[in-house]
Formats: sequence, C-alpha cells, structure tokens
Amino acid sequence: MTIMHAIQGRHVRVTLRGDLDLKTAEPLRDALDKLVDRYRDKNLVLDLTEVDFVDSSGLGVILGRYRRLSAQGRQISLAGVKPSVRSILELAGVDSIISIGGDPVRGQTAAPKS
Amino acid sequence: MNRVEMRFLSLADNVGLARIAAAALAGQANFSIHDIEEIKVAVSEAVSNAIIHGYENRPDGWVDLIMELDQSGMTIIVEDAGVGIADVEQAREPAYSKDPERMGLGFVFMESFMHGLEVESTLGRGTQVRMRRFVTLSGELSRDAQ
Ligand SMILES: Nc1ncnc2c1ncn2[C@@H]1O[C@H](COP(=O)(O)OP(=O)(O)O)[C@@H](O)[C@H]1O
Ligand SMILES: [Mg+2]
Repeated sequence: MTIMHAIQGRHVRVTLRGDLDLKTAEPLRDALDKLVDRYRDKNLVLDLTEVDFVDSSGLGVILGRYRRLSAQGRQISLAGVKPSVRSILELAGVDSIISIGGDPVRGQTAAPKS
Repeated sequence: MNRVEMRFLSLADNVGLARIAAAALAGQANFSIHDIEEIKVAVSEAVSNAIIHGYENRPDGWVDLIMELDQSGMTIIVEDAGVGIADVEQAREPAYSKDPERMGLGFVFMESFMHGLEVESTLGRGTQVRMRRFVTLSGELSRDAQ
C-alpha cells in the first residue's frame, strides 16, 4: 500500500494505492491518524482510484476515521470508488453515512504529492 | 474439475496470497469478474478470521485453504487449528465481534457473497469454514454477449 497526501484548501486528500485488507489496515490507520492530528482544521478525502480491493478489515479503518473525525465536527469522504469496492461499502451501509464519489474522469485527479 | 490445497502460516501477508490463488482458480471456471471479486472478499474474510481470531495474531499457526472446482461451481474450505468459537450462532450474527475495534462484518460478507456457508468449530481445536459459490450460467452468457 502506498499512501500519499496533498493539501487542497480545506481538505487533506489522501491517495491510496493497493489492497485494503488485514495486511495494510494498521499502517493505513496510523498514517491517517497522523494526518488527522497534524491538519486539525481540515476534512479528509480518501482517493480510492487505485484501490481494487477492500474487505472488512479495510472498511474498519475507514469507519474508524469517520468516527474520530465526526466527533470533532469534521468530515471524511471517498473519491474514485470502483464498482467492486462500492458494493462492499453499500453492503456495510457506509454509503448512508459517508459521501462516496465514483470513478473520476480520467486525468481529472490532482497529482498526489507526499 | 480441479482441486487445490494450500497450507500457509498465519501471517497477514498470506491473506493476499490466498485471494490471488482463489481468483486464479475461479478464473478457470465460468465465473465473471464480478463473481471473482466477491469470491476474493469471502476468502479474505475467512483467512483473516483464522489469523486474527483463530490464532489471535500469532504468526506460527497453519491455515489450510482447500478449493475445488466442479461443473456447478467452486467450494472453498478455510481451516485453522486455533482457539475455536464458543458460540457459532452468535459469532455469525451481523455486527457481532469479540473485538470491539472490529465490525463483525466478516461472516456477513461471506454469507452475502457465497451461496452457502457452513461453520464448524470446537473450542481449543479450531475452526472450519466451508463456502460454496455456484456458476450462474445465464448471467455469464449475457455478459459474454455484450
Ligand atoms: N477462525 C476463527 N476462530 C475463532 N473465532 C472466530 C473465527 N472466525 C470468526 N470468529 C469469531 O466470530 C466473530 C465474528 O467474525 P466476523 O464476522 O468475521 O467479525 P470480525 O472479524 O470483525 O470480528 C469474531 O469476532 C470471532 O469471535
Ligand atoms: Mg472477520
């Protein structure tokens, strides 16, 4: 899993690449929590354009960050969600609490910076 | 017809390995890409459970993955010799988890994405999860025709 972030106005946009599972859940959680703590006034956007696979361990990381952020009155949203990933999110009911954007038009994603 | 048996250590790295093996075998049958995505989630959940819950994250347990293809579909068995489950019915309930940090969706995903799930477990002995996925021929044909 590679994790890159860029500041875009009121948002921290975090671009993920790889599978979101048991193997990657912990490093991802740590990285996101660091960003959440470092940019205290910003909302979080997770760009999943290059994420092909999410299971319940990965979902746990996303929902955990949602809980942390919303307790502080902040938001988390998902972008670039592939259909296979979307069906997992929907089955878990995540789509009713977190805003989910679909596949972005090619070339429109901002170049990620680390 | 094909049969694959794999045995690997209870390491998080091997969850992805198990998924890839399952996807590759499913690819030999008439499963659609969508079907294979769902099979991968089910395998990922069962293997993750063996590692996290069965072996309580110890890295030295053996996980067995047995997969069989026949004319009508694929059978997948994931087995550990870990702590076992005291109450299987409760464990299978949506949103039930022993670990408050987790969501209890593993069995929900296995159940939703597979056509039949059996769990056998003995405390102190281990757990066997057996799942079956049928090939849905009509859907496959219409997809191929597109
Ligand atoms: N292989 C296993 N060995 C021991 N306990 C298990 C195993 N698989 C599942 N369980 C039990 O069933 C519960 C529910 O599993 P699951 O639905 O995957 O949710 P989660 O993994 O989020 O806890 C687990 O919390 C655990 O107590
Ligand atoms: Mg689980």
